[in-house]
Amino acid sequence: MKVLTKCCIEGKRNIFNLLPVSCRSDFKAIMCSIRKLSTLAKRQYKTYIFLMIFPFISSSGSESDEDSMSEGEMAALKEEVEEKKKVIATLRNQPWRMKKRLVVLKEAQEFVEKFEGALGKGKGRKLYAYKVMMTKKLIKFKRDFENFKTACIPWERKIKEVESHFGSSVASYFIFLRWMYGLNLVLFGFMFGLVILPEILMGLPYGSIPRKTVPREEQETAMDYSVLFDFGGYCKYSFLFYGYYNNEPTIGVLKFRLPLSYLLVGVGIFGYSLMVVIRTMARNANEGGDGGEEGDFTFSWKMFTSWDYLIGNPETADNKYASITTSFKESIVDEQENQKDENIHLRRFLRVLANFLIVSCLGGSGYLIYFVVKRSQEFANMKKDNLSWFEKNEVEFVMSLLGLVCPPLFETIAELEDYHPRIALKWQLGRIFALFLGNLYTFLFALFDEVTAKLESEKVIKNSTEWVLNQYYSNYSSFYNTTDVPPPAVHPSDVIRGPCWETGVGIEFVKLIVSDIQVTYLTILIGDFVRAVIVRFLNYCWCWDLEAGFPSYGEFDISGNVLGLIFNQGMIWMGAFYAPGLVGLNVLRLLSSMYYQCWAVMCCNVPHERVFKASRSNNFYMGLLLLVLFLSLLPVVYTIMTLSPSFDCGPFSGQEKMYDVIMETIEKDLPAFIGNLFSYATNPGLILPAVLLMVLALYYLNAVSKAYQQANTDLKKKMQMARDEEKNRRNNKDSTNQVMKDLEDLLPNKSLIPPPTEEEPPPPDVVIEKGSKSPKMKPGAAAKGVNLQKDVSLAAPNPRAPVTRAPGPRKGPPGNARGPQPGPGRGRGRGGPPRH
Amino acid sequence: MGNKQTTFTDEQLEAYQDCTFFTRKEVLRLHGRYRELAPHLVPLDFTNNPDIKVPLTLIVTMPELKENPFRDRIVETFSEDGHGNLSFNDFVDMFSALCETSPRELKTIYAFKIYDFNRDNFICKEDLRKTLNKLTKGELTPEEVTLVCDKAVEEADLDGDSKLSFSDFENMISKAPDFLSNFHIRI
Repeated sequence: MKVLTKCCIEGKRNIFNLLPVSCRSDFKAIMCSIRKLSTLAKRQYKTYIFLMIFPFISSSGSESDEDSMSEGEMAALKEEVEEKKKVIATLRNQPWRMKKRLVVLKEAQEFVEKFEGALGKGKGRKLYAYKVMMTKKLIKFKRDFENFKTACIPWERKIKEVESHFGSSVASYFIFLRWMYGLNLVLFGFMFGLVILPEILMGLPYGSIPRKTVPREEQETAMDYSVLFDFGGYCKYSFLFYGYYNNEPTIGVLKFRLPLSYLLVGVGIFGYSLMVVIRTMARNANEGGDGGEEGDFTFSWKMFTSWDYLIGNPETADNKYASITTSFKESIVDEQENQKDENIHLRRFLRVLANFLIVSCLGGSGYLIYFVVKRSQEFANMKKDNLSWFEKNEVEFVMSLLGLVCPPLFETIAELEDYHPRIALKWQLGRIFALFLGNLYTFLFALFDEVTAKLESEKVIKNSTEWVLNQYYSNYSSFYNTTDVPPPAVHPSDVIRGPCWETGVGIEFVKLIVSDIQVTYLTILIGDFVRAVIVRFLNYCWCWDLEAGFPSYGEFDISGNVLGLIFNQGMIWMGAFYAPGLVGLNVLRLLSSMYYQCWAVMCCNVPHERVFKASRSNNFYMGLLLLVLFLSLLPVVYTIMTLSPSFDCGPFSGQEKMYDVIMETIEKDLPAFIGNLFSYATNPGLILPAVLLMVLALYYLNAVSKAYQQANTDLKKKMQMARDEEKNRRNNKDSTNQVMKDLEDLLPNKSLIPPPTEEEPPPPDVVIEKGSKSPKMKPGAAAKGVNLQKDVSLAAPNPRAPVTRAPGPRKGPPGNARGPQPGPGRGRGRGGPPRH
Repeated sequence: MGNKQTTFTDEQLEAYQDCTFFTRKEVLRLHGRYRELAPHLVPLDFTNNPDIKVPLTLIVTMPELKENPFRDRIVETFSEDGHGNLSFNDFVDMFSALCETSPRELKTIYAFKIYDFNRDNFICKEDLRKTLNKLTKGELTPEEVTLVCDKAVEEADLDGDSKLSFSDFENMISKAPDFLSNFHIRI
C-alpha cells in the first residue's frame, strides 16, 4: 500500500506540473481527496475515483492542452493497468474462495480492456497498441504451449498408481526415471540428427572404403549370432561405432562437416546435460525447506508433515498408520531416556574395524577388476574358438557380480557400527558410490592400458602399410614409366587394417552396459518375482510363516535403484563418444525399464515399513548425478586432448590430435580475424590472468557466503533468545539466558535487594541446569527443564504478579532480581508496560 | 485448442486457467470426476454456472481422499458453507491448492486451516489431540498423547500462549523438509 501511495504522489507531481495554471487548483483538490482515500487501502476505490474523475479531467482541461494532460494522466492510468495485470497474474496464489477470484478476475480484465484502448491515444499509440497485441498473443501462445507440454508427459497414470500404493518416496524413483528418459531422448536427438543420419544419408555406403567393410578373414563369421552378440562382425563395422565414420571434411551436396559435427556433438552432450542438471537442481532447491536443524521441531513435523496425502490404497494406509505410531513411540522413548552412556571405546573400535573391512573390500574389488581386464587382453590374443562363454565375457560378469554382492555385504558389516538408520543409510550410499566409482575407474585404467598397447601395434601396422604403398607406387611408376599412378586396385576388405582402438573401447562399453541391463532385469525377476511366488505358494506347506518371517516379500530398494540409474547414465556419457549408437540403446533400455519395473513393483513388492529419506530434497541424487557427469567427462576430454586417433578409422583419422579438426575449420573455413582472435585467446599470457581472476572471485564469493551464514546463525540465536525471554516473561520466571544472568550479576543494585524468599532455591537448580546447556538449547534439555519447572511452580506459590505497569523505583516486588526488563522491550513488542 | 466440448464456454475455461494451476485439459477432466460422483445431480452443461453442491459424504468416497485421515477436514475447509458441500468452483479450488505446482505459502495457509479443527484461527491443544488421534488411530495411550501435544506446542509456539497461531505454524512448517512432497494430491 505504501508503494501505491508513493507512486500516486509521484504521479500526482508529474500530472501537476503538466497542468495549465487554471486547472491546478481543481486538480489539487481532487488529488488530495484521492490521496486520502488511497490510504484507506482499497484499490478498488481508487479505481472508481479514477473512473469518476476521468471524464471531469478530460473535459475541464482546455482543448489546447489535451495532449499534455492525457499524457500525464496516461502515466498514472498505465500504472493502474499494470497493477491490474499483476493482480491477474498472481490470482492463483491468493488464498481466496474461487468465486471471489472469478469476480476479481472479471473486474480486472474489464478494467484492463477498457483502459488499454484509451491509453492508446497520443504519441506512440500505434506502437503501444502493437505491443499490447503482441503481449496478448504471447500469453496465449505460452498457455497453449504449456497445455501441449503437459499433454505430452507420459506415464502419469502409472506413476499415480504407484504413488497411491507405495507413497511418494518410491514414486520419486519413477519420476526420476522419467526425467532421465527425457534427457536421453534429447541426447539421442542430437546424436542421431547431427551425426548418424548425415553419415548414413550423405556419406559413402557400406563396403565402399576399408573402414566400412568387414575384413576378408572375418567375413565367414560376420553374421553369426554369437559374433553379433559380442558386437563383432557386421555390428562392429556399422554406424553404431566410431570406426564407421569417414574423415572427409565435408560430405554430400550440403557440404556437411561431419568430423567437426562429431566432435561438437560429443562435447555438446556434456554441455547440455550439465545445463539441464543444474537447472533441475536450482528448481529443487526451493523445496527443501529453510534448513532447520534435525532436532528443532521433531514432534511438530511428525504431526503435521508425516501423513503422505498421495496414499490411496487401504493396505498402504494401514502401513502408514503403523509406521507413524512407531515413529511417535520411538521419539517419546528418546525424549524420556537419557543418552545411554555406553562403552564409547568399544563403539569406536567397532566402527574403525567396520571401515577397515569395507576399505579392504573396495580395494579387493578394484584389484579383481584390474586382474580380469588384463586376462581378457590375453584372451583377445588367443583364438576365439578356444574360449568358453564365461571366459569371453569375464569382465562384464565380474563387474556385475561385484555390483550385486558388495552392497548387501556392506550392509551386514555396517551392523557393527550401530548408527541411527538415517546416518547408516548415508554411509551405505557413500560406500556403494565409492564401489561403483572405483570399479568404473579401474575398468577405465585397464582399458586405457589396452589402448596404449593398441596404439603401439598401430604404429607398426601404419609403417608397414605405408611401406607397402610406397613399394606399389615405385613399382608402378618404374614399370609403366609414368608419374600419374592410379590408386591400388585392392578390394576394401583385403586392405591391411589397424586395430582401431576407439571402436574397441566403444565395444567394451556397450558390452558392459548390455550385461548391466541383463543383470538388473534378472535380479528383479529372481530376487523379486520368484521370491514372491515362492513365498506365496510355498506358504501353504511350510513350517513357519514365510510372509511374516524370513524371506517375506521384498521392499523396493529406492537408493540402490537410483544409484544404478545414475551410474548407468555415467557410463552412457563416457561411451557415447566412442559408440554413437549407445544413446539410442539407452533410450530403449529406459523405456523398457519403466514398464518392467512398474509391473514388478506393483506385483511383487510391499510398501516400506519405515521410510528414511536420504536427504531433505531431491538435490542429493541430483548432486550425485552432477558429480558423475564431471567424472565421466574426464576420460573423454583426455581422449580428445592427448591421445592420437587411429590412422585408418573414424572421423579424425589422419589428424595428430582430435581437436585438430577445430583448428583446421578455423583456419580454412572461417574468416581470418576469427583465427587471430582464437590465437590471442589461447595465449598463456591471457589465460593465466583469467584463471587468477576466477580464483579471486571464488575466494570473494566464499567469504561472502560465510558472512551470510554467520548472519543467519546470529539471527537464529536472537530469535531463540527472544522466544525464551518471552516465555519466561509469561511464566514470570527468572531469566535463563546465561548472558542475562551474567549481566544481572554485574549490576550494583543486586546487593540492595533483600534476600529472596523460600521460592528462590528451586529456580536456581533449574536455572543452573538449563544454563549449563544454553545458549543452544535443545528441545531435549528443554523437556526436562519444563517438567521440573512445572513441578516447582506447583510446589511453591508464585509471589510475582503479572507485569502490567511500568517498573517503579527499585522497591519492586520481592525476588524481582531482574535488571532492565528484557521481555517487552525486545523482540516481540507485545504491548508490554510502557517504558519511560 | 479447437476441441469441441460443450461443458464450458471458452471464457470460462480461460478464467479457470487464470485462477488455478490447471491446464484446460485438466479442468475438463476435473469436471468429469466431479460429475461421476453424482451423475444425476451434476449437469453436463456448465455454461450458465449452475448452483450445484455435491455433499461431503460423496466427495470423501473419491479414491484420492478416501484413505486420508483428514479427508473431512480438507473438504470442510474448501467448502463455502463450512459443512463440506462443494460446488464445482470449490472442488477445483481444492485440487488446485493441493497440486504439485501450488506454492509453499498457499499450502501452508490451507494446512493451517485444515488442522484447526475448531476454526478459531489457532491450533490449540485440543486440535493437536484430535490430529494425533487421527494419525495414530488411537494406538497411543492418553499420557503419550498429552506428552506429544505438549512437546509440539513447546517446539513451535513462539509467543508463549500455549497454542499455535498462524505465524508459529508457518515458521515451523517453512523449515520442514517433507512438507511440500507430502502435502500434495495428484488428480
